[in-house]
Amino acid sequence: MTRMPMATTLAVKTATPPLRRSPSALVQAARVFLRDRQAMLGLLIIAITAGAAVAAPLISPYDPLTAEGAERLAPVGTPGHVLGTDEQGRDILSRLIWGGRTSLMVGILPTVAAGVVALGLGLVAGHLGGVVDHVIMRVLDVFFAFPLVLLAIAIVGVIGPGMGNQMFALAVVLVPYSTRVVRTATLSIKSLEFVESARALGAGNGRLLGRHLLPNVLPPLLVYTSTLVGMMIVASAGLSFLGLGVQPPTPDWGVMVGNGRLVLYRAAHVATIPGIVIVVAALAFNFVGDGLREALDPRARR
Amino acid sequence: MIVYAGKRLLGLVPVLFGISVVIFLTMKLIPGDVAHALLGPMATQESLTQLRRSLGLDQPVYIQYVKWLWRALQGDLGLSPIVHKPVVDLLLPKFGNTLILAGASFFLAVVGGVAVGVLAAARQQTVLDRTAMGVSLVVGNMPPFWLGLVLIVVFAIDLRWLPSLGMYSARGPGGVGDLLAHLAMPTVATAAAPGAIIARMTRASVLEILGQDYIKVARSKGLSERAVLGLHALRVAWPPILTISGLQLGYLLGGAVFTEEVFGWPGLGRQLVSSVIARDVQVVQGAALFIALSFVIVNLIVDLLNLHLDPRSRPA
Repeated sequence: MTRMPMATTLAVKTATPPLRRSPSALVQAARVFLRDRQAMLGLLIIAITAGAAVAAPLISPYDPLTAEGAERLAPVGTPGHVLGTDEQGRDILSRLIWGGRTSLMVGILPTVAAGVVALGLGLVAGHLGGVVDHVIMRVLDVFFAFPLVLLAIAIVGVIGPGMGNQMFALAVVLVPYSTRVVRTATLSIKSLEFVESARALGAGNGRLLGRHLLPNVLPPLLVYTSTLVGMMIVASAGLSFLGLGVQPPTPDWGVMVGNGRLVLYRAAHVATIPGIVIVVAALAFNFVGDGLREALDPRARR
Repeated sequence: MIVYAGKRLLGLVPVLFGISVVIFLTMKLIPGDVAHALLGPMATQESLTQLRRSLGLDQPVYIQYVKWLWRALQGDLGLSPIVHKPVVDLLLPKFGNTLILAGASFFLAVVGGVAVGVLAAARQQTVLDRTAMGVSLVVGNMPPFWLGLVLIVVFAIDLRWLPSLGMYSARGPGGVGDLLAHLAMPTVATAAAPGAIIARMTRASVLEILGQDYIKVARSKGLSERAVLGLHALRVAWPPILTISGLQLGYLLGGAVFTEEVFGWPGLGRQLVSSVIARDVQVVQGAALFIALSFVIVNLIVDLLNLHLDPRSRPA
């Protein structure tokens, strides 16, 4: 008997009108996410790496660009240089901390930029359909004919190496993939009853897109983008490793592996340590992405 | 089947057209003038105009495109101004070398990935399953260039088992054995990440099938677990595994660029990188065309194979 009134009050609460998304769904998603140990571990690793990168001037033991009072290629565990020094006598730990700034930015920024562009293209293509959809998707089909990393390298080849161009190239090659995700989500939501009824009530294209489609397309895009970031950290480190992205002496994890390669026979740690950091960072973003998928997509929940 | 294959082939025409347009236009977008680049800073106005006319650069862009395409179709991709060689002559042997590396890596990734995935699914929730999935998660996130360096440190520097550079030894027996020794590490480095992804997806797709009713029926008939897996589950699991493997091919080709660079493998990817650094746009364009064409063809083969294996994917 005591349960009945509770149920009615709950029902009244969820019926309060001006909410885009029912709060219970968001709260539920947040709860699932917070309980996911792997996702929390990933978040912790990202927080530490990003925090260290932001606080680099405060916590970095040495300057990342100059050799200070140490011999070159000092091994791991050298007093004063926990992770040793590189081929120019620069402290590896300091370079890793500062390198987080460029490496994370070069991995995250293009993915987010591509996500924003894809959101526009995908929503328009999925919602309007017809010729617009056809033109957008056929143009993007051309990009699918190139392996992602190779296309990025070719674009850098045309516009020239460098950090800015590297980010531009990565953003360009990601747009088709993210657009496909947004378009598929738009198509599946478009035919649902609540969108139909909004249209029947006289909602225009702008209102349909902004109020009904956009909020429902965001979760799948967010999930997809978060898993892409891990991949892009690896890919952008790769471009910098090849000398096509971030240019030395700027500290960057990919650049560090590339420099370390030249002294691989004398001091392997110079190249291997930054690589471990890349793997851990990429894993962390994947953990968070998987956690978001479980939290935001009820069908993916175990 | 044949009708579908025909349609699929026809559908390639606009894509191929798009590829050629994109590649041609990027050539036009590059800052700087080709005639200037060829003649150098000392060129006179007269000689520049003359060269532009002889190269056809004074004609409208669409005419230039048609002429370029016509030559490309005949296998003429122009001359590299840096290496002074026809682009096709430069790229063809490199393309062959990449095929060897990519083929071996793809084989290893699919065989290894599928084996691990099926084994993990069959031993679901055991130590074996958890270890395999944990390892594949880490390996799937490894940059191929870094893994390559680690392999060199272990197998070439410490153990001295394998050569670290090139395709053949400069002084040595040569032949297939030598090639295989040089191929081992780059293949593993290239195959690792795609193989790990294939393993995880294979496990998921086998598990999904193992949950189906007809598998329960097969089990309740008293069939051994091996027979259930081999005769009933894997038959249905093949098409998605093939699709997944096909999707990893692009990823694998991207990874091959890095391993070619790390191991000094004289392939298309390494050529692409050195041409990008030398700003040899002709070769970059030619390489992009080679890569796109072969990628499109491989995807077509995967699609048709899938169609052959899985009647459900055939359009009615």
